[in-house]
Amino acid sequence: MSESTLPARPAATPDPESADYEVALESLNQWQLAWRRFRRHKMAMVGLFIFAVMVFLAVFGPVFWPYDPLSLRSDLPGPQGLSPLDLPPMGSDGAGRSVWSLVSNGARLSLIIGMSTMAIAVTIGVSVGAAAGFFGGRVDGFLMRFVDLMLTIPFLFIVLVAARFFGAGELLPLILIFGLLSWPGLARLVRALYLSLREQEFVQAAKAVGVGNVRIAFRHILPNAIGPIVVSATLLVANAIILEAFVSFLNFGLKAQDISWGNALARSQQTIAVGNWWWPFFPGMAIALTVIAINFIGDGLRDALDPRSRE
Amino acid sequence: MTAPIVAAQAAPSSSPQALLEVRDLRTYFKVMDGVVRAVDGVSFSINRGETLGIVGESGCGKSVTALSIMRLHDTPPTWIPTDANQADLPDDVKALLGDAPSSRILFEGRDLLTLPGEQMRAVRGNEIAMIFQEPMTSLNPVFTVGNQIAEAVMLHQRMSKKDAWDKAIESIRAVGINNPERRVRQYPHELSGGMRQRVMIAMALSCDPKLIIADEPTTALDVTIQAQILELIREVQDRTGAALMLITHDLGVVAETVHDVVVMYAGRVVETGTVDDVLLAPKHPYTEGLLTSIPSRGMKGQRLNVITGTVPNPFNMPAGCNFAPRCPYAFEPCSEHDPRIEDADPQDVACWLYSRAPGSSATPPRVRPRGAEVRA
Repeated sequence: MSESTLPARPAATPDPESADYEVALESLNQWQLAWRRFRRHKMAMVGLFIFAVMVFLAVFGPVFWPYDPLSLRSDLPGPQGLSPLDLPPMGSDGAGRSVWSLVSNGARLSLIIGMSTMAIAVTIGVSVGAAAGFFGGRVDGFLMRFVDLMLTIPFLFIVLVAARFFGAGELLPLILIFGLLSWPGLARLVRALYLSLREQEFVQAAKAVGVGNVRIAFRHILPNAIGPIVVSATLLVANAIILEAFVSFLNFGLKAQDISWGNALARSQQTIAVGNWWWPFFPGMAIALTVIAINFIGDGLRDALDPRSRE
Repeated sequence: MTAPIVAAQAAPSSSPQALLEVRDLRTYFKVMDGVVRAVDGVSFSINRGETLGIVGESGCGKSVTALSIMRLHDTPPTWIPTDANQADLPDDVKALLGDAPSSRILFEGRDLLTLPGEQMRAVRGNEIAMIFQEPMTSLNPVFTVGNQIAEAVMLHQRMSKKDAWDKAIESIRAVGINNPERRVRQYPHELSGGMRQRVMIAMALSCDPKLIIADEPTTALDVTIQAQILELIREVQDRTGAALMLITHDLGVVAETVHDVVVMYAGRVVETGTVDDVLLAPKHPYTEGLLTSIPSRGMKGQRLNVITGTVPNPFNMPAGCNFAPRCPYAFEPCSEHDPRIEDADPQDVACWLYSRAPGSSATPPRVRPRGAEVRA
């Protein structure tokens, strides 16, 4: 068991007498071991692959389909559009746009919204939850009542009001609203983790060694809570992507000239009348695949980041 | 042999070479149901390089005393009266304190209880180190043991990461762990209980503290490892010249490890002196009860002596001597007057058997019903 912390090929280890021997092995312990554990998680690797494809599309999508996804091409007939058989790989929509163009270009905004929302929510949620759980007492009471208040705000209402005041369809307000409304759940989770972790003996031992409060909260306790936080963060990404689709479907999301998966879904509303399944199917699949992939990655990360998990 | 333990009433001025002097320590917990007097007027002192054992059954305030010295309790709910915090004390705590003197914990002359937080942090780990009871849970599971020792070193000493790491290896080697270069890179879960306790000791020693507080360091370990760990603690204490405060409920451990002993009962010191005096000729009925309740070969076939009754309810301490309801020698003054710790040559005892209670003419029963056959 203990051998597992040593490099796979002992012959390749640096000379134990050399100065950077420990440093080299230290970094192997922290990150390479985590990567090794992550690699063993098959579904996480599949998820990582799918996610990588989506990121690739987000960055290089236009290169592969050099049409402006919004241009209405006269060679693509409306209002029925072309089926995927006639125009591979995904057909065209009623206005003469290629669905593949929409999906591959939509990855960019959908992923930006998902990741940014997660970043905002994790920053606020972890800070608030950690402060509440670590300090307890009045700090806890105040912060948690604030969280309760946040949770009573009807989400849709805020989006509608914000759309009215900040102008509908702006990317930044949308991300801010998503981020500022998604953290309370995470804050509660982090608080609960801190409440139990701060009573652990290693926290008292750290205090007895002279470690300060802030360092204990973020350097000693946080790494112990990282598993559930990472899983929760991946769920936040997935959730934000779905939220964007949902809000865009209601026409309170991004502007019509911005392309996201949610927007693409919103445009396919006429499918209900026309019956062309490929209009909603491909953007919908892109959302579903990405969300599942992110969830798997979160699962793998949780196991990989826990040094106690057996290989 | 000079008497290194000074009863507060006997000598209020600090002796010149006392490293740690605890005076009238009162640690009260204010909880929902009232105030618990976990430690109620405890005084003792430790000289440089000396060893002191604190014994008593569970809940008598041993660990609370140790945590109070390190100031690891949160306020609230914990209150220790000092000169500085009189105004902040809750009313019910104040009422219980009456006109009791402020608590003082003098470490090299500085009162730790009134030290600013920043300076107290510099004392923790650096000048006073603590070894905890549970080696299984006292190490952070997500960091390598080397990391944790190096952190302790870097907190207190100006040292590069590399030097701190070398120091970690060196201190792990010093506690008798083989192959320290490999062990420092392992996580706590990869080590056995005994080895983790060695790591805890290594961490405690890494900054060359002047005082080591060991809070039941062997309780969680199995018997063979216990002996090794005690041997190790004694050896490093010898080598580094640090003073040792050993908290335990195991009289055997005390007899083997320390020079002086403080016996605590229900938050008070009931008897204190050198190990030889206290364990071979106990004066306080509680100490005697503890010693006679140890099974021994000479008593084969006989019923084991036990101390009857239970520890008093902390919310409702008996008037007079805390031990009186369980004491086989209890007589008239015991249920009314609280005995103070006084010199009863050679050790100090808080018991009316050895001093005249105020306004009492009752003669103490001089009988010793049980042949106090005790082992050292």
